[in-house]
Amino acid sequence: MRIGIPREGRERLVAATPATVAQLRKLGYDVVVEQGAGECASYPDEAYADAGASVVDARAVWESDVVTAVRAPSPERLASLAEGTTLVAMLAPHSEPALVEALRERGVTAIALDAVPRISRAQSIDVLSTLANVAGYRAVIEAAEEYSGMFTGQVTAAGKTAPANVFVIGAGVAGLAAIGAAGSLGAQVRAFDVRPEVGEQIESMGAQFVRLEAAQQEVSADGYARELTAEQERATMDLYAAETARADIVITTALVRGSAPTTITADMVAAMRPGSVIVDLAASGGGNCELTVPGEKVVTANGVTILGYTDLTSRMARHTSQLFGTNVVNLLRLLTPERDGRLTLDLEDPVQRGMTVTRAGELLWPPPPVAVSAAQSPAAQVDPAAQARATHEAAQRRRRRRSVLYGAGAALAFVLLALSPAATVSHLTVFALAVIVGFYVINNVAHALHTPLMSQTNAISGIILVGALLQLGSADLLVSAIAFVAASVASINIFGGFLVTYRMLGMFRKDG
Amino acid sequence: MLTSIAQAAYVVAAVLFVLSLAGLARQETARRGNVLGMVGMGLALGATVILAADTSERPVLVTMLLVALVLAIGASVGTWRARTVEMTQMPELIAILHSFVGLAAVLVGFNSYLTSEPSIVHDVEVFLGVLIGAVTFTGSIVAYLKLAAKIRSAPLVLPARNVLNLVAIMVSLGLGVWFVLGGGIVPLLVMTAIALALGWHLVAAIGGGDMPVVVSMLNSYSGWAAAAAGLMLANDLLIITGALVGSSGAILSYIMCRAMNRSFVSVILGGFGTEGGTVTAGDQQGEHRETFAADVAEQLAAARSVVIVPGYGMAVAKAQYPVAELVARLRGLGVEVRFGVHPVAGRLPGHMNVLLAEAKVPYDIVLEMDEINDDLPETDIVLVIGANDVVNPAALDDPTSPIAGMPVLEVWHARQVVVFKRSMATGYAGVQNPLFFRENTAMLFGDAKEQTEAILAALRAHAELA
Repeated sequence: MRIGIPREGRERLVAATPATVAQLRKLGYDVVVEQGAGECASYPDEAYADAGASVVDARAVWESDVVTAVRAPSPERLASLAEGTTLVAMLAPHSEPALVEALRERGVTAIALDAVPRISRAQSIDVLSTLANVAGYRAVIEAAEEYSGMFTGQVTAAGKTAPANVFVIGAGVAGLAAIGAAGSLGAQVRAFDVRPEVGEQIESMGAQFVRLEAAQQEVSADGYARELTAEQERATMDLYAAETARADIVITTALVRGSAPTTITADMVAAMRPGSVIVDLAASGGGNCELTVPGEKVVTANGVTILGYTDLTSRMARHTSQLFGTNVVNLLRLLTPERDGRLTLDLEDPVQRGMTVTRAGELLWPPPPVAVSAAQSPAAQVDPAAQARATHEAAQRRRRRRSVLYGAGAALAFVLLALSPAATVSHLTVFALAVIVGFYVINNVAHALHTPLMSQTNAISGIILVGALLQLGSADLLVSAIAFVAASVASINIFGGFLVTYRMLGMFRKDG
Repeated sequence: MLTSIAQAAYVVAAVLFVLSLAGLARQETARRGNVLGMVGMGLALGATVILAADTSERPVLVTMLLVALVLAIGASVGTWRARTVEMTQMPELIAILHSFVGLAAVLVGFNSYLTSEPSIVHDVEVFLGVLIGAVTFTGSIVAYLKLAAKIRSAPLVLPARNVLNLVAIMVSLGLGVWFVLGGGIVPLLVMTAIALALGWHLVAAIGGGDMPVVVSMLNSYSGWAAAAAGLMLANDLLIITGALVGSSGAILSYIMCRAMNRSFVSVILGGFGTEGGTVTAGDQQGEHRETFAADVAEQLAAARSVVIVPGYGMAVAKAQYPVAELVARLRGLGVEVRFGVHPVAGRLPGHMNVLLAEAKVPYDIVLEMDEINDDLPETDIVLVIGANDVVNPAALDDPTSPIAGMPVLEVWHARQVVVFKRSMATGYAGVQNPLFFRENTAMLFGDAKEQTEAILAALRAHAELA
C-alpha cells in the first residue's frame, strides 16, 4: 500500500520526516511526499528522496491508500478523497462533528491521532503527549524571552540577583515538561495540580509541589483531571492568587477535555509585579487567564506580559515533526501486524477502536469508554497502630522463646562437655574457636567473591583426604579399599576446587 | 618425632587456610588467598604422606603407590573438570564437589569405626560424621541433578513430607543410641541408608530458585562433616578446616535467606510457591507495552547512565558475552554503564559476578543491590535481563505478596525500564510482576542473547550512519 505525506496548509509541522519515512518503508509501505512538505520543518525534498520516498505533487499524495497528515484536510481536499482511503490526522472528532460527518459521507476510514485512549500501551502513539511535551518546553523559552530578568540566580562581583520564581499550574505532560525546562534554566519552580497523585511526579522533576488539602480530588479513573466542586474551586483560587502574586513567571496548562477553566483572574494579573510573564498553554481552549487573547501577546497596564500563542509546537517544527512522525510510525506498526505494507484495522483492540472515527461509511464515534485505570487504586486501609502493636508482641514472644531455647542448648552442651574425656574437650575447644574465627573471616567476604569462596572452601574441605590417607596403609583390605575410594574423591575436590577458584579469580579484572 | 613435625605442619596449614579465606574478602587479595590455600594444602598433604609411610601396616612401597595413585586420580579428574567447566555450570560443579566431601566423610567414618577401639565418645563422633556426610552426599547429588537440569527442578511435594523428615531424624537418633550402646555395625548401616534417603528428600523438596540457599547449606554441611571426621580421628587440622567451611556455608545461607526475606527453616522445608493461599499468579494487572531492539539501541545511545540488572535468565541464554560487548560499546560512546546484582540472582551466591567476570566486564562496575539502589532514580535506562522477582515492586508495595518484604532492586524509579523476557510468564516465586505494567516499562520479548545481539547490531549501524 502507498502512504501519502501532504504539505500542510498553515501548519508548519509535517507528519513524516526522512527518518520516519525509512521506518514506514520497513513496514512494507511505499511512501510519497508532496513537494515542499517538510520545508517549514527544515527537511528538504532531497532528504525524503534519499530516505526512499518519491516526491510528487499534491494530487498524487491525496490519491494514496493511506494519507497521514498533521491537521484535518480542507473541505476541498476532503471532497476529492477517494472512497476507501484511510486518513490519519488530528481530527478533533469531539469538537468537529461536521468534519466527522463529511468523512463518513465520503466513505473514508478516518483515524484520529488526537483520540488515543490513555493507556500505557498506547503511549507511544499519543501525539497529544508529544505536542504537550514540546509546548511545555517552548512555553519556558518564550517566557524567558519576555521576562525582564535571568532565570538562574547570580552571585557576581557586581552583586547578586535572585533566581526567577516559576509557578506551573497543572502537572500534565506539558506542565511537567515546563517544570523540567524551567528547572534546568536555574529557576525556582513551584507547581500545583488538583490531582494529588501527581505530587510525586512534580517532585521528581525537581519542583516543589504546592499542596492544598481541600482541593485534592479523588484519584481519577481515566488519567484526566476532573472539574472541581464549588468549595474546592474557592480554595484553589485562593491558592492561585497567593502563588501568582509571588511568581515572576506563571505557566498555566489546565485543559479539561478541550475546555479551559479560568485559573488566573484579571485581579490576580493586576496583583503581579511588572515584568512578570504569564504563558497560557490553554489558549487554544479559550485560555486559563481571563486576559488571554488566543494566538496573541498582550501586555497589561501594569506591565505583565500574557502570551496566548497557540502555535508553540510549530515553533520547533523540526523536532516536533520528528516526534510526531514517530508516533505515526508506532501507530502504523500497530496497524500492520504482519509488517507487509497492508493496513489492517482491528476494532477489537481498544486502542484502534478508540481512534477510529469512521470506517467505510460507518460512523464509529464516539467509541465505548476504555476503563483502564491510569493510577493504581489506593491500597486497603489497615490500622497501622494495631498492626505495629501486634508485630511488637509477636517479636517479644519470639525473643522469649528463643532465649529459653538457647539457654537449654547451652546447658545441654555444658553437661555433655563435662561428661566427655579431656582429649575430646580440647578438640571441641579447637572446634568452637575455629567456628568463631570462620564467622569473622567469612563475614568480610565481598558478595562478588562468594562463588570463588565456595569453590575454595570445597577445595580445603578436601582436607578430609588426610584422614583417608592415614587409613590407606591399613592391613585390613576392606579398610584400605574404602579409604582408597574416599581418598580419591577427596583429592578430586582438592585439585578441582583450587584450580577452578584460580581460574575464576583470574577472570576478575579491574577497569582500565 | 615424626608426629610432632606433622602436627607442626598441620598448625601452619590451618593458619594458611584461615589466611586464605581472609584473602578472599577482597578482589585485590583474592588470588593471594587462593595460592595460600594451595600452599597450606601442599604442606598438610606432604606431612600426611610421610606420616602414612611411617604408620603403614604393610610394605611402605605399596602404601606409597596407593597414595600416588589416589593423587593421580584426583589431579587428573580435578584438573580436567576445573579446566573444562563452563562458568554457567559452576553451581553444578560446586554441588558435585560437596557430594564428594560427604561421601568421603561417610567412608572415613566407617573406616574409623572398623579400625579403632570402641568407646562411647568415639562412637558418637563416628555416628554424627556418617549421618552428616550421608545427608550431604545425596543432598548434593540431587542439587547437582537439578542444577544440571537432569531432573526437574520443581519441588517434589510428598504428602506429609515434614512428618517423613521428622520420623527419619527420630529413627536415626534411636539407632544412634543403639549403636553407642554396642549395637555393632547394623544400626550404623541402617542409619546410613536412612540418612541417604533423608538427604535426597530434603533437597528434592526445594525448587530451583532456592538453589543458592541449598548450595550454601550443603557447603556448610560438608564442612560439619569434615569437622566430625576430624573429631573421630582426633585431627585438629580437619576440625579447624571443617569448622571454617561449615561456618562459611552457614553465613552464605544466612545472607541468601536475608536477601529473600525468608527464614532458613522455611527455605529448607521447601515447596515455595506451592502452598499458602495468597499466591496471585496469573493475575493480569494491566497492559504491558512492547518495544524493539532498534528502539532500545537508540535510547541507549542517547542515555547518560544505564544500569543492567542480570538474572538467571541471562545465564540460561548465555547472554553475558553480548551483554559485555554492549557495555564496552556504550562505554565507548561515553555512557555510564553499571550492573546491579541482587544477592540471590542466579543459582549460586555470586554467580552473576563470575559470569560477568568471565565475559571480561570489569568488576568495579558490578555493584551490589545496596550500592546501586540510591542511584536508580538518576538512571536513564535500566535493562533487566532475565531477572524477575528481584525487581518486583510488589515486594515493597503489597503486604499480601508471597515475596513481601524481600529487598529488591528498585528499578522502577529509573526513567525508563526495558525488561528482556521470553514471555509474560511469572518468575520463580510464581508472583505476577507489576513492574511490567508500569508506564515507564517496556518489554523486549525473545531470547536475551539474540535480543542483545540485535541491539548491538543496531548500535553498530547507528555508528556507521553518524
